[in-house]
Amino acid sequence: MRLEKCYVCSSTIYPGHGSMFVRNDAKIFRFCRSKCRRNFNLKRNPRKLRWTKAFRKAAGKELAIDTSFAFERRRNRAVKYDRDLVAKTLQAIPVIQKVRSEREHDFYRTRMVEREKETRKDALRELATGLDVIKPLIVREKLREREEKESAMEVIEEGLVDKS
Amino acid sequence: MVLVNFKTITVVPAGDALVDNVLSKTQRKTPTVVHKGYAIGRIRDFYMRKVKFSQQMFHDKLTHILNDFPNLDELHPFYADLLNVLYDRDHYKLALGQLATARSLIDGIARDYVRLLKYADSQYRCKCLKRAALGRMCTLISRHKKNLAYLEQVRQHLARLPSIDPATRTLLIAGFPNVGKSSFINKITRADVDVQPYAFTTKSLFVGHCDYKYLRWQVIDTPGILDHELEARNTIEMQSITALAHLRACVLFFIDPSEQCGYSLEKQHSLFKSIMPLFANKPVIVVANKTDLGWESALDDSGRALLESFKADSGGRAVLMKMSTHEEEGVSEVKNSACEKLLELRVESKVRGKKVQKVLNRLHLATPKATSQERTPNIPASVLAKRAVQSQGGDDTRMGGEDGDVEMGEEGSGPGAKKLERDLQEENGGAGVYSMDWRKLYKLRKEEWAYDVMPEIVDGKNISDFLDPEIEAKLRQLELEEDAREAVRDVTGDAEVGGYRFVTQGEKQVVQQIKDRKSLIKQESVREKNAHKHRSALQRNKVLTRRSRLQEHLEGLGLEKEEASDLVDRAASRRGVKRTRSESVAVSVVRSSSRPRSTSRTRSVSIAPNDGFSDPRQKAKAIELARKKLKTGVAKYGRKGDADRSIPSKLPKHLFSGKRGIGKTDRR
Repeated sequence: MRLEKCYVCSSTIYPGHGSMFVRNDAKIFRFCRSKCRRNFNLKRNPRKLRWTKAFRKAAGKELAIDTSFAFERRRNRAVKYDRDLVAKTLQAIPVIQKVRSEREHDFYRTRMVEREKETRKDALRELATGLDVIKPLIVREKLREREEKESAMEVIEEGLVDKS
Repeated sequence: MVLVNFKTITVVPAGDALVDNVLSKTQRKTPTVVHKGYAIGRIRDFYMRKVKFSQQMFHDKLTHILNDFPNLDELHPFYADLLNVLYDRDHYKLALGQLATARSLIDGIARDYVRLLKYADSQYRCKCLKRAALGRMCTLISRHKKNLAYLEQVRQHLARLPSIDPATRTLLIAGFPNVGKSSFINKITRADVDVQPYAFTTKSLFVGHCDYKYLRWQVIDTPGILDHELEARNTIEMQSITALAHLRACVLFFIDPSEQCGYSLEKQHSLFKSIMPLFANKPVIVVANKTDLGWESALDDSGRALLESFKADSGGRAVLMKMSTHEEEGVSEVKNSACEKLLELRVESKVRGKKVQKVLNRLHLATPKATSQERTPNIPASVLAKRAVQSQGGDDTRMGGEDGDVEMGEEGSGPGAKKLERDLQEENGGAGVYSMDWRKLYKLRKEEWAYDVMPEIVDGKNISDFLDPEIEAKLRQLELEEDAREAVRDVTGDAEVGGYRFVTQGEKQVVQQIKDRKSLIKQESVREKNAHKHRSALQRNKVLTRRSRLQEHLEGLGLEKEEASDLVDRAASRRGVKRTRSESVAVSVVRSSSRPRSTSRTRSVSIAPNDGFSDPRQKAKAIELARKKLKTGVAKYGRKGDADRSIPSKLPKHLFSGKRGIGKTDRR
């Protein structure tokens, strides 16, 4: 039993789902659902369909080239069963997955750096200039005066407590 | 040089047929309609096309013929000579040459007439020119009728020539007429040559194929040769002479010592001597045929001496052999010895040649030395043990039973008998129920692993994709990389980006509040601007009207009661005084809370107060009516009323929002 990848959207196809098309040159195409299959029948290129993983990787929106991908590759050479090796592999899989997701996060962040800059700039500007709208300056000044009074009171109280 | 060419020569049409063909094609394939009213250029074009078309047709046909017929100079000398003998080289060349000239003449005619047509000024003149051109071309071709007929005959004859490969292994049969050449070829090959008692039954070369030492051999039967000079020979004899001259083959010279063919042995001997020069580099076998006629015993000394002289005359190279095609005695010996001799010659010449060197370098003749050690058959120990057991078991059964058959694999037959899978099957339910335990045959590093259950899938991934004997090393490498990345990675996410500090969640909320409020203000101002264009039905009393509301709002912002009321008073009193921006904001809040705008200025009102009712009694009546209708209509009959059709929310969020990882959203 194997989990396959959909040819169009690259999502995993679990057993009992999806369909398969075998072309006359013996190339096999698997589809996760009829949406993907119908798009294929319309001869659409997955690299041009925005909602597919193929598009995202080709357009640089997601991590495509990384050393962590080399771990998960279909190897056509059978490996003789070795309990230790399988145990090691089972332990390694979540580690690799964690590393991959961290790297994907990094990728995302570098991609969104410009946007982040814009957001922060805008937010800081608003905070600097726009507070009037929700709390008028008079109100803010009054609140600040009160706080200062209270902190001054605290200091005096502490001083009294210390002395006593 | 290739033999098949002779069969693929295009058919040469007769002169008349060619002319008819071209003319009818010109009529069919070119436009046919022209009137004298057309533009002169169009008329000229029409007739020029016809002339050119005919010229093209003639040219193509003649070119095909000229290209297909073989060029005598490019053929193998055997074929060149053969064609010369059969068709006369000069005649052949002349015919083809004349056709070539005819072709160029036709081109010339067409060129001239097309040039003339360019200056023709009427349709009639064009037509005359075209007729003249076509007429000349056709007369030219009909003048070559004889050539075309001759070439057609040559073509037919050529196609029927036997396909002789001049380079391969060949056996050539020569001799006087009627000595038994054709019978011999009939015997050794599948050729079916005519054998008749009269001379010159075979009038041309015949080819048959036979096998010897897994190779294909050509056997060529020639017409009989008579003994006179070369010049006096006729076409038929010349064919044999050509074959003898040009083919590098083993010659089987047939003689008939019984003189049944009608020619004496001396004549045959003199023929042999005269064509000796043709046998210069070829192995020769003199075959004395028709031994069944018993000439051997009838031969006298002179005859025997003559036979010996055959050998001597050839410089000792020739071999004399006796056979009888009628009785089939000695036929295969003759063939075999002829083949052997030719093979020797060919191999020798190849070895002497240059090509062989390339191959000889790569060939190595291995001569293994015989070992002195004795090499007995190797019988494994287990088999020996089994045999011992069987012989033991066999003894037991022999003692008990009558026939001493020992069956292999009998269960429990002797101490060493192995339990077979078949026996296990019988024990555990028979065929169809029992399935063999394959795992016991597994050869793993540790035996106990054979019965392990290995998972195939984990977390949406195939484990076999990750299985790799070098996974440890790669993991280490990965971890090193990851450590390097970890050092630089911003884990908490609050680092500075592009010169801007991190904005906390609380700050972000405040920013969102600011934005919302600003957009509300904008909307209000837009509404107010447009308010004078069309009266909005919205009553202003919804907005903060009471000073207490403003006070509540300010308290909500965090001010104390005294401070809030202080501000409210200040704001209320300050009208018509120049204010700062912050104060004016407070004022705008206040203003909206103090008086409805509709009453602040004197403006006309489109919708009257009191919900449009001028008379309060009318209003009360209307309300009563509505209440009654509702009560009677709906409640009495238990039907649905306005109140029952309630859709609390038209777009509940959980139904209309959200992406799905995989799945469809067409049911919303």
